[in-house]
Amino acid sequence: MTTSTATHSTGYRIRSGLRSVLNYLVMTLLAFFFIFPIWFMLVSSVKTNELQITADMSKLSAFIPYGELGLDNYYEVFAQMEFGRLMFNSTFIMLATVLLGLLINSMIAYALARLDYTGRGVVLGVVVALIIVPFEAIAIPLLMLVNNLPWFGGATTWLDSYHVQIIPFIADAFSIFLFYQFFINIPKELEEAALVDGASKLRIYWSIILPLSKPIFATVAILQALANWNRFMWPLMVTRGVDYRPLTVGMQTFFGQDPRIWGDLLAFASMITIPVLIIFLIFQKWFVQSVASTGIKG
Amino acid sequence: MTKTVQTSGSAIRRSETITAWLFSSPAIILLLVFLAIPFLMAIYLSFTDQRLIPNPNLPTQVVGLRNFIRLVDDEAFLRGILNNFYFVLVVVPIQTALALFLAILINQKIKGVNTYRTVYFAPVVTSMVVVAVIWTFLYNPAGMINSFIRVLSFGTLGPYNWLQDTKLVFPAIMLLSVWQGVGFQMIIYLAGLQEIPSDMYEAAEVDGANKWHQFINITWPLLRNTTIFVVITTTILAFRLFDQVKVMTNGGPQNASMTTIVYVIEQGWGQLKVGYASAISVVFFIIVLVISLLQRRVLREERVVD
Repeated sequence: MTTSTATHSTGYRIRSGLRSVLNYLVMTLLAFFFIFPIWFMLVSSVKTNELQITADMSKLSAFIPYGELGLDNYYEVFAQMEFGRLMFNSTFIMLATVLLGLLINSMIAYALARLDYTGRGVVLGVVVALIIVPFEAIAIPLLMLVNNLPWFGGATTWLDSYHVQIIPFIADAFSIFLFYQFFINIPKELEEAALVDGASKLRIYWSIILPLSKPIFATVAILQALANWNRFMWPLMVTRGVDYRPLTVGMQTFFGQDPRIWGDLLAFASMITIPVLIIFLIFQKWFVQSVASTGIKG
Repeated sequence: MTKTVQTSGSAIRRSETITAWLFSSPAIILLLVFLAIPFLMAIYLSFTDQRLIPNPNLPTQVVGLRNFIRLVDDEAFLRGILNNFYFVLVVVPIQTALALFLAILINQKIKGVNTYRTVYFAPVVTSMVVVAVIWTFLYNPAGMINSFIRVLSFGTLGPYNWLQDTKLVFPAIMLLSVWQGVGFQMIIYLAGLQEIPSDMYEAAEVDGANKWHQFINITWPLLRNTTIFVVITTTILAFRLFDQVKVMTNGGPQNASMTTIVYVIEQGWGQLKVGYASAISVVFFIIVLVISLLQRRVLREERVVD
């Protein structure tokens, strides 16, 4: 390359211009690939004429909101099943699991990272080993176990309850590992000053470690919230009716009913997706950082 | 305060041990009861004929290796395992390559790149059950996917009955799985790309290396660990395949889309054969374990080489 880079030739400029256009073209085509099913869902869900939805489904008009539009499909979902109940169940189970998980997993990670105690090595080894046990490998024995566990008030089984969907998922080995990795990198001097002042470990954890650890709490919260919101196999097995069922299982039941009314189905699907998409758009940076942080293990 | 000074070192350590166990015990108890014990149960139950609701007249018996011997002749199980390997063979290379390509695209310092990142990532936050419902509609014989194929092939191909055709149903599930999952790996690759110092590219540019050479000589070798991580996690996820299959086909038609985990749940929950399902779970776990150990080993070798 003998041509100086400061004075680009016209040929170079045309070539780089073309490359830029091509670049955007490829990126936009890929964007269409990733967005078209979601857009298709949202548009079809507001088309109130079922015949129009099925007539449009093979044409570009499937992506254009036109014709009879409205929220009728959404009202019908509410009329056909207790959608509000499902939404409450999903939200409650997700919040309870995530919040209790943040507390319990961060506490053990703090002990592992900062306290010098008998048995520490064993506990750390067990936690790291448990990361590779996939839930699917234990689902059936766990089902048998919870089927025979007692609960307050004389119940002899955990099936069909909130706690059966919350308690088994509070402690999470990978979350502990993420917290642990973060805590060991916090400078020790910050705590030593407090120790000299006679502060207890609990106090140090609460007033020094926690405020410094907002990023890792956000990371674990997002990963766990997504996992719990989308959980499907377990609630499918342990819930019987609408009382304790989350949205995912409700969606599958609704989908299994004949005849399939696509307008209603896609309205249901939209209502599960829209809140998550909105939260994702607001906290996008955090989502991306959370996912990126899962790549640093090993 | 003077008390603290007087207490001996061992007393401090003892009190620290008590505090530490107080901090650790809630998580340890939960992990033991809901992960370690079911795991040990799976191993034990795989040697029994345990049923979810035991028949009082037929007590559960230890049957030795009978469950595992049966697995060898169980066509649905073998189909499930084979399908998982088929899935790995097709999806892992495609998804890894696409994730890297997308990551390179959104790592460019150009206008609007964040919007593209948002769009590519959006399917990741969409629930798999929802994804399965939407794509079932798209795969309708009179639906959008067949239209695309008709237009792209100038009317020569299709229409196909994607979810009813034993040859097409699994590739159809693969496509939507890539669509939903690739954004996750894209972000992991993006994090890897951002760790590569930009002056390495500047130096290469001065030496006259074009973009392709830069990719082959800088990007690809420096992303080696990221690639290993992405390949291994995608492989493990492929063996865990469940949600989309359960919603769309339940393993059918004729077991064409059966997977190991769909079969575990069908046997253990559907047919209440806990012993048999546990045997399949054990096989599944061994596969996942081997893959995970392989990853740790490959990564450790890398460190030694460095």
